[in-house]
Amino acid sequence: MNLKFQNKRISGILTVLPSKEMAFEDNIHNYNFLPQQSLKLKKVMGYDKHRVFEDNVCTSDVCVYGLEYLFDKNLLKKDDIDALLLLTQSPDYLMPPTSSVIQGRLGLKQDMLCMDIMQGCASFEVGLITAFSLLEQDAIKKVVLLNADILSKKVSKRDRNSYPLIGDAASVTIIEKEPDGQAIYANIKMDGTNCNALMIPAGGLRMPSTAETAVLAEDENGNFRALDHLVMKGDAVFNFVQTEVPPMIESLMAFAGFDIELVDYFMFHQPNKFMLQKLADKMKVPREKMPCNIVENFGNASGVTVPTAITFNLGEQLIDNSYMMCLAGFGVGLTWSSILMRVGNLDFCKMIDYL
Amino acid sequence: MNRIKEILYNIRPEEDFAVSDNFIEDGMLDSFDIVMLVTELDEAYSISIEGTDIVPENFRNIETIYNLLKKNGAVI
Repeated sequence: MNLKFQNKRISGILTVLPSKEMAFEDNIHNYNFLPQQSLKLKKVMGYDKHRVFEDNVCTSDVCVYGLEYLFDKNLLKKDDIDALLLLTQSPDYLMPPTSSVIQGRLGLKQDMLCMDIMQGCASFEVGLITAFSLLEQDAIKKVVLLNADILSKKVSKRDRNSYPLIGDAASVTIIEKEPDGQAIYANIKMDGTNCNALMIPAGGLRMPSTAETAVLAEDENGNFRALDHLVMKGDAVFNFVQTEVPPMIESLMAFAGFDIELVDYFMFHQPNKFMLQKLADKMKVPREKMPCNIVENFGNASGVTVPTAITFNLGEQLIDNSYMMCLAGFGVGLTWSSILMRVGNLDFCKMIDYL
Repeated sequence: MNRIKEILYNIRPEEDFAVSDNFIEDGMLDSFDIVMLVTELDEAYSISIEGTDIVPENFRNIETIYNLLKKNGAVI
């Protein structure tokens, strides 16, 4: 599905990261593989450091922390927020929505919309598309998009497929109307027939968590995980990404009538370095235009990898400059989505640690 | 062919690739081994094997790996 929006802009991006950093080597002896094998994998996949929140930290805590930072620094006014969108797979509760929890904790006005959307790897793009759509309303002038995931609690420490790459993080993105804004082009696709490629089997109503669902079992590749843990069919996800993402980007450029060579940056979701480099090569995009340094520095915090890639790689450069960016996310759902837009001249673009 | 074997033994020194015609079914290469193999083949032959070609069928034996390299422009 192709979508086009006019007169909207991103005006600020803040990434909130855990201060607790773990090294790949810290967990290497948890895996059922020879350490030298795991170390080779570290280099290829870009596993190095990853950040995880302490066990008592929940999604609303991190979002509140980020928003209070912006209020304190006068970068955002409480009463200006007309919609609060939270995209997460790790809500505080099954009910109420975590966005409502955040609204209550911050004492935001009642005349607003709060909405939780469950999305993973494509959550930044899905969130932006939703924010742009809401901004079509006269009553909505500013949307706060929160992307947050704390999935480290849901990944087995003995799963070499997933644990080395998992990271926790949150981001706050401000989207608002811009009378002179350039057109924004987007596309999105979904394939629920393959929804089990990335899933946490237990913990919902279909399979409530019990003592049995917490028992670790070994899979055919020597990884140990429980039904309460995230399971990723790595091969299937890799093939899905390599098959679907290049044509999606080609289709986005055709829809926008834009030459791919004129894109300054491809800020893509970052499952691992190998996957992104293969995508860049296939799309004939110089690897330096597609940063792949988020997994190795912070871990993969699902959709938050895209705003993290922007704040980490460009940061304050985006205060006085603007760049043509192609944003893309792909994974859980399965969902794949991309956006072509100019990003820059922001009010803020930074990373902070959650303390 | 010898170079391919050398790379395979470098990744899995404990396996005897000469006795198998299906490295995947015989459990000699798993998906992470394939990722490492692709990286080393890319480097050794100065190519970039296409992501859509990174499927187990193309890593069954020396011959399928050879064909994969040729398909991706390797000069062998």
